[in-house]
Amino acid sequence: MKIGLEHVDDLARGAAILGTGGGGDPYIGSLMLRQAIEDGLTVELVDVDTLGDDDFAVPFAMMGAPTVIVEKIPNGDEMVAALRTTERYVGTAAKAVLCAEIGGLNALLPLVLAARCGLPVVDGDGMGRAFPQLQMITYNIFGVPASPMVMADEYSNTVLIESAAALEVERLGRSMVVAMGGSTNICLYPMRGRDARRSMVRGTLTLALGLGRAVREARRGGGDAIDGLLGYLRSTPYYQHCCVLFEGKAVDLLRETKSGWAMGRLVVEGVGGHAGRRCTVQFQNEHLVAHEGDRVLAIVPDLIAILDAATAEPITTEGLKYGQRVVVVGISAAPIMRSPEALAVFGPAAFGLPDPFVPLEQIHGTAVTRGT
Amino acid sequence: MGEVLRIGVDVGGTNTDAVLLRGREVLALHKSPTTADVGSGIVSAIDEVLRRGGVAPGAIAVVMIGTTHFTNAFVEARHLCRVGVLRLGAPATLAIRPLVDWPRLLKDAVYGHGVVGAGGFNYDGRPITPLDPAEIRRVAREFRERGIEAVAISSVFAPVNAGQEEEAARLVQEELPGVRVAVSSQIGRIGLIERENAAVMNAALLPMAERVVESFRRALGDLGVRAPFYVSQNDGTLLDPDTVARYPVLTFASGPTNSMRGAAFLSGLRDALVMDIGGTTTDVGALVNGFPRESAVAVDIGGVRTNFRMPDLLSIGLGGGSLVVVEDGRVRVGPRSVGYRITSEALVFGGTQLTATDVAVAAGYADIGDRDRVAGLDRRLVAAAVDEIHRLAEDALDRMKTNATDVPLVLVGGGSVLIDRDLKGASRVEIPASAGVANAIGAAIAQVSGAVDRVYSYDARGRDATLAEARDEAVRNAVAAGAAPASVGVTEVEELPLAYLPGGAVRVRVKAVGDLVLGSAA
Repeated sequence: MKIGLEHVDDLARGAAILGTGGGGDPYIGSLMLRQAIEDGLTVELVDVDTLGDDDFAVPFAMMGAPTVIVEKIPNGDEMVAALRTTERYVGTAAKAVLCAEIGGLNALLPLVLAARCGLPVVDGDGMGRAFPQLQMITYNIFGVPASPMVMADEYSNTVLIESAAALEVERLGRSMVVAMGGSTNICLYPMRGRDARRSMVRGTLTLALGLGRAVREARRGGGDAIDGLLGYLRSTPYYQHCCVLFEGKAVDLLRETKSGWAMGRLVVEGVGGHAGRRCTVQFQNEHLVAHEGDRVLAIVPDLIAILDAATAEPITTEGLKYGQRVVVVGISAAPIMRSPEALAVFGPAAFGLPDPFVPLEQIHGTAVTRGT
Repeated sequence: MGEVLRIGVDVGGTNTDAVLLRGREVLALHKSPTTADVGSGIVSAIDEVLRRGGVAPGAIAVVMIGTTHFTNAFVEARHLCRVGVLRLGAPATLAIRPLVDWPRLLKDAVYGHGVVGAGGFNYDGRPITPLDPAEIRRVAREFRERGIEAVAISSVFAPVNAGQEEEAARLVQEELPGVRVAVSSQIGRIGLIERENAAVMNAALLPMAERVVESFRRALGDLGVRAPFYVSQNDGTLLDPDTVARYPVLTFASGPTNSMRGAAFLSGLRDALVMDIGGTTTDVGALVNGFPRESAVAVDIGGVRTNFRMPDLLSIGLGGGSLVVVEDGRVRVGPRSVGYRITSEALVFGGTQLTATDVAVAAGYADIGDRDRVAGLDRRLVAAAVDEIHRLAEDALDRMKTNATDVPLVLVGGGSVLIDRDLKGASRVEIPASAGVANAIGAAIAQVSGAVDRVYSYDARGRDATLAEARDEAVRNAVAAGAAPASVGVTEVEELPLAYLPGGAVRVRVKAVGDLVLGSAA
């Protein structure tokens, strides 16, 4: 499938919803993609099954502070430099670009890189949502090494990190981000087609695009945007289990910054069918768990999105404010993200949560397939 | 404020309101439709309040004008000039060129030429690239060849260090004597694209801003008013005419700001919510220490994303002209409205549409038009609609609060007659006299400000000494802008530590505000 200008805003909106409160504002990414398409570059989306077993494919993302990315915008060449350095080190030319993180800004950037190199982008990613650290990815779960990780700045200065441990790559990479001015362009988890096929959360770029389109069409048709969003998710292979966990008003917000993470919790007071009840959503950059009293309503890696009740516009953890009318939506994560191995890396315990993982559809039964 | 005579004028899209004040006393007020030629509308409005107040033009000490003229001109793409955009940031930022997501109509009207040149800073103040004066001179000549009338200059992290933008502006003006220049650091904040957009908007309005300021000056001169005049800006303080001519975008949100400042003045409250109910919409904002709370998010103007400081407002579709309908057995009020046609279409004015105003009259608490025309309305429908009006107001009020504590509410605007009872969430509701012209009063009482916005090193002199120095400088700037020294107070101090930087670098923003010094009238 060819991505055109008409897809850019839908993809950005869908990616923001899958960002589950984090992932960075896709705005800068959508402008970069718009420019690449206007300049006549082609963005081709392909299925992972079109890759040959030995075809070399490289994921791309940006790492760093959102405040820096909105000022020091990339030039595009440094993205290519990160890829070229990876190819040179591995000794193989890339046949495709992969997406690491479908939630937020990083959903759009691989498309920009691929367009500039004349390569296709594989439809899928390694998270099915957004996560705060680069070892929290299905590529890692399936044993694809994080390194070599190549980081590039606006001068196309590159740094290559090689380590057997994904956590070490994350730790060393974080300190290099500072030296590179607060944000950097990275290629990591380079892999072969056969590994991409077994480790990828498939089809998520198409899903994000469809999700953004469903919300836009529901709004334009004057329908309920939240219903439009849920209706679309139910037609998809992974996100088919979904429901409104809670609807109400943001009444209390606690935030703190701990070692660079935006931690906190939001209390929502119910309205309508939820009147007289309260829901708490705990977050660390992304939303981690929603509770009503002691009862878990949804928990990571299942997705928890907080949306504006009227427009279904996703609200980020920085954008939360007292008084907002919100709908908290729970969405099932892809099956490959719910295995014991996956839960060990990005399940509740990895974020220090005491509650065990319980799949959304087990908590809510048939509610997840029929409406709210 | 003394016993001097002052005039406030608010030129809105629909109405031009004028008030004449002596000290805190409202001597006269007047509301008239806005004219296509703004100058003549102001003349007739001022003429009318002078006549009603029995005051000679020469006795006026100062005239304050609030206007949405520049906002409307931009949104409608009228009278804009062609802009050359110079961004300093290469090799960074090349993946997004200037104006890439502007709506076609505005881009066609404004865009002349755009170049991303060497320059820009990192978040910690380290330059990305030094300026290249030869390149800037070359770009300036390209601008001239394309007949560009105004230049917008932006640079990466200009809010951290504006030095390159200022130097580039100097070079461009040297190469193109007389060219108009707008720099982004004077207008917006962090967020390169949004700040650059604001600078381009400003540049595009410059020739028109000069003409409008000149027409204000002439209009007042023709009236025989020899007093100085000022124009109100987004934060509720004043700009002198020369500054407006250089930074017209700073007036973009002055309408709602003036209305909130007027509400603060009329009610005597410094911390409160303000609800301005008009014919079609209701704006709710928050007063903090007498000034509107600012919005933290990006604002779209005519489809262009910007980030200048605007009041944090919630607009809902409730007003005096809101249509009352029954849908699925439920009574709804708004968002559709008869708007300015209320005086012919509402039932109480002999029309056929049931509006919120009709309901308030039928319920017996408003006295507008002919009450006999609504006497036959179904009592239950009227009661349900009145409930719905108050529910919408309560809901809006609740959304603008920052916590669950009840706060005082000031109601202003022509539609304030719709509210008849205490509102949930408000500790009390005040409807001041002259609430209908709060915006013109807000303009009339505006003060002047001075600001400092710079990156300091706390390690060098310590936090306390540095903050004291920044406060002193902000106060001095306010005095230089025309404030009476004894009246100046610091209204805002914001510290933004820049992470990972040795030397304890902190961006400090301080704003000081005081009363304008006025000579006694001749």
